[in-house]
Amino acid sequence: MSLKDEFTKGIIKENPLFRMLLGTCPSLAITTSVDNALGMGAACIAVLLASNTVISAMRSIIPNSIRIPVYIVIIASFVTMIDQLMHAFTPALYTSLGIFIPLIVVNCIILGRAEAFASRNGVLASIMDALGMGIGFTLALVLVSSFREVLGAGTFLGMPILPEGIPAILMILPPGGFITLGCLMAGLNKLQEKFTQQEA
Amino acid sequence: MQSYFMIIISAVLVNNIVLSQFLGICPFLGVSKKLSSSLGMGGAVSFVLVLSGAITWLLQTYLLLPLNIGYLQTIAFILVIASLVQLVEMALKKIAPPLYKALGIYLPLITTNCAVLGVAIINIKKDFSFAEAMTNSLSHSIGFTMALVLMSGIRERLEEADVPKSMQGTPIALVVAALMSIAFLGFSGLI
Repeated sequence: MSLKDEFTKGIIKENPLFRMLLGTCPSLAITTSVDNALGMGAACIAVLLASNTVISAMRSIIPNSIRIPVYIVIIASFVTMIDQLMHAFTPALYTSLGIFIPLIVVNCIILGRAEAFASRNGVLASIMDALGMGIGFTLALVLVSSFREVLGAGTFLGMPILPEGIPAILMILPPGGFITLGCLMAGLNKLQEKFTQQEA
Repeated sequence: MQSYFMIIISAVLVNNIVLSQFLGICPFLGVSKKLSSSLGMGGAVSFVLVLSGAITWLLQTYLLLPLNIGYLQTIAFILVIASLVQLVEMALKKIAPPLYKALGIYLPLITTNCAVLGVAIINIKKDFSFAEAMTNSLSHSIGFTMALVLMSGIRERLEEADVPKSMQGTPIALVVAALMSIAFLGFSGLI
């Protein structure tokens, strides 16, 4: 596969959230506003990019039998850095993402890409893979959070767009997350079905 | 005593770890297809969750804080959890083979279960004492098992339902979870 393919596959064909069902915890919990989704997406891209690069560069010297603990330590170090940086420079975002910043460590997307891609491919390909997957994840987060913020709070990125009284608070409460993600997935399945029928 | 009661009610019902805090969604969707496997997963997670809750609390209080290296929390905790899961797996294999057989396949999955790390961090964030932290870990694991078992009960029935093709599998499971979550919202008046 060419580098361009490595980049684009993460965005639609192998989208981590919608197609591979990875990283569902943060994508349900923090998608109450588009701001949060963008912040989380950026943090994930940063960690994924750093961990994929380092793991790919070190792949020949990491002993196979202890590779998972090594990956986890590498990922945890980068998550700690991001955590400290966000605490210092974006305190508001840090408070609203809360516990989900340290929990990036156990985000299956990052460990999943390390194991499935970075440990087997070169540095350049791994960087493209990380960028594609990270951007795909961010787009998915933004999509879910746009529905929830518009329907639940009547705003988009903090700007009011719906008249008062219309927003349904349920959408920004926990059930709204499950409903939105479920319906979006069903919608995407439907779309995919349509496309494959056209091709056939 | 009252504070312990509040912790239990809050962790099991009001702030249910899966349905309102969104921790541990992966196993919640992945292993909730059958009642027996959801019980196994619930048991394995509860076991590791309580044990790691105790160890991470001690680690934070007696090692990280006195040495003033609180920023290493994430790394230290995930290492403890990962090695604990390994140890538990080896110990069970040796001591209780039947239990190992029942929980075996779920154990490795627990390292990346965000519920375990999540509860360890919540214990520290809320400044719990050791006894409170243990109560909290235990109640969260009860809440997790309960949500998992309830979900698997519904999904077993769902097998026979006529679900539209594009909704089959995960989408319908998410909608079911949403309805359960609405039901659990009703408990929020308790506190």
